[in-house]
Amino acid sequence: MDVDLTDDQELFRETTANFLDRTCPVSTVREWSEKEPAGFPDAWWQQGAALGWTSLLVSEADGGGSVSGHGLLDLTLVAEGMGRRVSPGPLLPTNVVAAALSDYGTAAQRARHLPKILSGEAIATWCLAEVGFSGLPQAVTLEARPDGDGFVLSGRKGAAQAAAESDFFVVAALVGGEPTQFLVDADAPGVTVAPAEALDLTHRFGFVEFDRVVVAPDAVLGSVGGGAGQIERLFELAVTLQCASMVGAIDRILGLTLEYSFDRYSFGRPLASYQALKHRFADLKLWTEASLATAGAAAHAVDGRSEKAYELVSVAKSYIGDHAPAILQDCVQLHGGIGVTWDHDLHLFIRRVVEDRSLFGTPEEHRERIALLMGLEESDGN
Amino acid sequence: MGTEHAGAGDRAGAGDRTGADDREDIESFRARARAWLAANMPLLKGQNNFQLMLEDEMGTRARELQRILFDGGFAGLYFPKEYGGQGLPAEYQAAFNQESAPYEMPVLLNVPTFAILAATLLDFGTEAQKQAHIPKILSGEEMWVQFLSEPSGGSDLAGLVTRATPDGDVFILNGSKIWSSGAFRSDYALCLARTDWHVPKHRGLTCFIVKIHQPGIEVQQIKMVNGVNEFCQEFFDDVAIPAADVLGEVNDGWTVATRLLYHEREAVAGGSPFSSGLSGMHSDHGSGRDELVELARAAGRTRDPVARQLVAESRANDLVGSQLIRRVAQGIASGVFTGPAGSLPRLYAATSNERRQDITLSLAGAGAAVGEEGSLAGQKGVYFLMRQGGSLGGGSNEMQRNIISERLLGMPREYAADRDRPFDEVRHNASPSRPR
Repeated sequence: MDVDLTDDQELFRETTANFLDRTCPVSTVREWSEKEPAGFPDAWWQQGAALGWTSLLVSEADGGGSVSGHGLLDLTLVAEGMGRRVSPGPLLPTNVVAAALSDYGTAAQRARHLPKILSGEAIATWCLAEVGFSGLPQAVTLEARPDGDGFVLSGRKGAAQAAAESDFFVVAALVGGEPTQFLVDADAPGVTVAPAEALDLTHRFGFVEFDRVVVAPDAVLGSVGGGAGQIERLFELAVTLQCASMVGAIDRILGLTLEYSFDRYSFGRPLASYQALKHRFADLKLWTEASLATAGAAAHAVDGRSEKAYELVSVAKSYIGDHAPAILQDCVQLHGGIGVTWDHDLHLFIRRVVEDRSLFGTPEEHRERIALLMGLEESDGN
Repeated sequence: MGTEHAGAGDRAGAGDRTGADDREDIESFRARARAWLAANMPLLKGQNNFQLMLEDEMGTRARELQRILFDGGFAGLYFPKEYGGQGLPAEYQAAFNQESAPYEMPVLLNVPTFAILAATLLDFGTEAQKQAHIPKILSGEEMWVQFLSEPSGGSDLAGLVTRATPDGDVFILNGSKIWSSGAFRSDYALCLARTDWHVPKHRGLTCFIVKIHQPGIEVQQIKMVNGVNEFCQEFFDDVAIPAADVLGEVNDGWTVATRLLYHEREAVAGGSPFSSGLSGMHSDHGSGRDELVELARAAGRTRDPVARQLVAESRANDLVGSQLIRRVAQGIASGVFTGPAGSLPRLYAATSNERRQDITLSLAGAGAAVGEEGSLAGQKGVYFLMRQGGSLGGGSNEMQRNIISERLLGMPREYAADRDRPFDEVRHNASPSRPR
């Protein structure tokens, strides 16, 4: 997304790209989607963790560290690279949880969970979205009732990525109406995960159900009632990674479709020579470059904890969330009938981009955030 | 459709800048600019600079304001010192623009005078030409305009038929130009004319510095659909241009024009470091307030989810546009992009403006068609009439799409019947004569 990577970032980007190309080309993604219950083998994720996939948002004191001093910018290089290859794995949820622990966890919470996240032995996810909703910071409704020193969680969360594979969850809930986040082990009594049906081929999702789950006071992340800022921050991280994933996908597919237009002939001419199609490609290029620009601007704002981050993630998500699916569908059209066959890889990318577009705020919901920020009062619908 | 508007060289912009060592640091510059602006420039009262610009038909106010900036040492921040500028990097101009937001600024001079014509003069002018004009441009004494398009054709710029015939130490200019902005109030023009008809079209053009108000040149204002008389057509009748006023080389005018068009794309997209001040056309930067919010409020639709989506979409489109300008500028500077990438922000700005006009029309509702006299909504329908303006000027959207597909994506070029053929063997349109 950045046009001026440092040498270290370029090396990091290449290392991950080479690893993904070697271990997990799209043919392997398809194979794992059928063979691997999690969508990937554990050993593969641990190799990725060794490359730094889970340590970039964790402080050096806790064993993490960035490549460039800007961990989120480094992490978007991984997310973009995975978007280019529809790679499997819980990159987004695990990193959001890692950031939550590193930024808000107590020493005991960090010591208990972070080493295994950093090594790739443990996987974790963030339970933000409620059932039927895309996952917005202010839309949390799950109740955590105070009970003695601790709390009792009751209710069902919306589909979270890698829920069934997770060893623990960060759960967004309300205590007396105030946002509060909890660390809950997957094997705590009363926790069950029901599989969700997901459009993406290798990303697995599950509904996490809390049936009177008792949690101790030391399970609170940060303070009771103090979760709003955390949730917004983690939400911005999640959206930044989605945007990076989408721009990786569209940049890759636009490149493949452009190649196809040179190779494919009709009426004795390559498709690339028709002005009607050249102008379509010009628009696709424009939207792709604009998407790269806004994804980069959002990443910089969130990485720098700028006060503009709130708006810029929503600008990026609403723009890319609208354009990425449209770009891919136009690439299908430019491919012709082959583009809607199972064997062609295009649909894998559309599946992934629809996931990124639709969770953690749809483009419409992100525009609603922008409208509020512009001084338009709450809408009647809210 | 051909690609004659295409391409741009990547020469260094504005000559040597002050060395980093002896330069004032940007924060102290910003503080000094803030204090100077408060002491010297008039505060905006309700209107933004774009609105004031529309009222300043002859540019009188803009010239006055520019003189104040010039005398205070805040004119031409990005221009070299030897020509009356300040020799500072683009970030200083950007900082100054932010600080100047509350003040009346001569934004009328930005496009085309500073960002297009002065920038091109810096690239190609002789020392004498630059000394003669750049300081006067920066002090507000000279306003400039470009004479490029002709009534016989706009997209096929290199197919122009205005002729400049050598005659001793002058060239005799005959023909007509069109779509020059504000030529009636301007002092000088860069004029592209044909000096050799026996070579392929790009190789027989020469760029001239032309004094506008002189015998033999007639300037007519053109009334546009929104009632504005900003654009002009000029007729040249045996105008003698001194050979010393050739910019660049004789018959190498295409090189100059190509660079001028690069500056134009940058300027039109809003990314030129030669521009100074903010027009505030869409919003008063900083507070995030937007005309569309006011329109939704006036229509009683601030709680209407459809209206809210449209207002926010337009805001997002504006921000993405600035982000794209930054990306392309950085990419060109670092060599990731080539010059033709300048067509990306240009096409973005045009298509995003089309969308904004559609959104405006939608938010205005019935008010776009009928309203109280002078009502905000009433004007919106009139803006809509000029919706395509930004998609036509400076190389149409279709030309930009040719440039992007052919120069950035490497797709095959369009067939052109005139390629590599002497211009006098090519079919072309005739230049109109002056109406009597």
